[in-house]
Amino acid sequence: MTLKRLRCTLATALVALLPFAAHAADLTVSAAASLTNALRELGPAFEAQNPGTAVVFNFGASDALLVQIAKGAPADIFASADQETMDRADTQKLLAAGSRRNFVSNTLVMVVPADSTLGLKAVADLQKPEVRKVAVGNPASVPAGRYAKGSLEAARMWAAVEPKAVLAQNVRQALDYVARGEVEAGFVYATDAAIMKDKVKVVASVPTETAITYPVASVAGSPNPDAARKFLDFLLTPAAQTVLARYGFARP
Amino acid sequence: MDASTWVTLALTLKVAAWATAINLVLGVAVGWLLARRRFVGREFLDAVLTLPLVLPPTVLGYYLLVVIGKRGWLGGWLQNSFGINLIFTWQGAVIAATIVAFPLVLKSARTAFEAVDPQLEKAARVLGLNEWAVFLRVTVPMAWPGILAGALLVFARSLGEFGATLMVAGSIPGRTQTLSVAVYEAVQAGQDATANVLVLITSVTCIVVLLSAGRLAPVARR
Repeated sequence: MTLKRLRCTLATALVALLPFAAHAADLTVSAAASLTNALRELGPAFEAQNPGTAVVFNFGASDALLVQIAKGAPADIFASADQETMDRADTQKLLAAGSRRNFVSNTLVMVVPADSTLGLKAVADLQKPEVRKVAVGNPASVPAGRYAKGSLEAARMWAAVEPKAVLAQNVRQALDYVARGEVEAGFVYATDAAIMKDKVKVVASVPTETAITYPVASVAGSPNPDAARKFLDFLLTPAAQTVLARYGFARP
Repeated sequence: MDASTWVTLALTLKVAAWATAINLVLGVAVGWLLARRRFVGREFLDAVLTLPLVLPPTVLGYYLLVVIGKRGWLGGWLQNSFGINLIFTWQGAVIAATIVAFPLVLKSARTAFEAVDPQLEKAARVLGLNEWAVFLRVTVPMAWPGILAGALLVFARSLGEFGATLMVAGSIPGRTQTLSVAVYEAVQAGQDATANVLVLITSVTCIVVLLSAGRLAPVARR
């Protein structure tokens, strides 16, 4: 009886552990936080076209994802929100040769809480004393923060904004700070602002020195090179681009 | 090691010191209440106050954002009545650390008070001391080693507090960025050299705290 119970327990434990065993056809996609909603919708569409392949997403700030990959995280696909991060991945020989391509573009905007009464209209308004906190992605690890900093520097405004900056871990955190009304303004992508239309208001589009294009590539040493290649091709199909466009992403 | 690292260390120590001071007062008061007073819901209160020990810090961070955020009931009231904003300030970090570490001093203080022999308090009363004097001159001194041990645990826990602090105080270098948050930022940005310096400082600081705890304990036990 006891032995039987033990066996039963062991069997249950094994069944419980099964989902943790690596699935051979898992395709792990490390993607910039701003891609969260659009890629979550595209995942099932890709799985439907490629039975047996399960797409697993890992969203975060592009630089943080790069650090993970450089330290050996088992990613198959890397999609970053700027060229600079992907260039660094390239320099560190983390990308499969010839796989890199641009698949969408975006714009940077300044947002305020929907119920803001400060009447902020332009980046220059951030100098006003009633603007006390501004959400900016950490320029050291978040592309959206780097774009914002570069643009503010070009406008000779960074020195005025930096003391007010609350550094976010990724662009979606900056969006959340604005949506909660904890900061008077913030810098996010147009696509981020679009998913929280009821909570944030776009007051200015911010010109960036370089166009915001998103590169994607497969990671060197990916255990699923075929699925990875299919996924990269899939992102450029009209069907996938239509979904991306619905979330506000433009063609590269 | 540059100046900003020292600022981060100083800020971390300041936040931990404040959290410890506040928790010492609250822990002694509530610990005594739970140990010596009988009232309805006593164990329930104990359970609620112990929650921060078992809840994920992110859950506490979210609760705090909802309560003391500009749109929270308490935060909104503070903002409108006094113009006080706690989110993204070092005071916000103190509140987060205080709540996360509170159960550590509460548990120690309650146990310490329960261990004090009521006969000694009775004797003090018979000898003419009033209730305050009994509490301050008999009960607290006898429970002190337990309370002190709890306070040191609070200090150590506050030094390392990360989740709730990041959510409530954000990451503003020089103003709310504590050591643990700075380590996270450095690793996220791939700045291994900075991360190495920061983890070394954190480890050394914690060893110093533990050694001081060991030195303080015999004094307290006397």
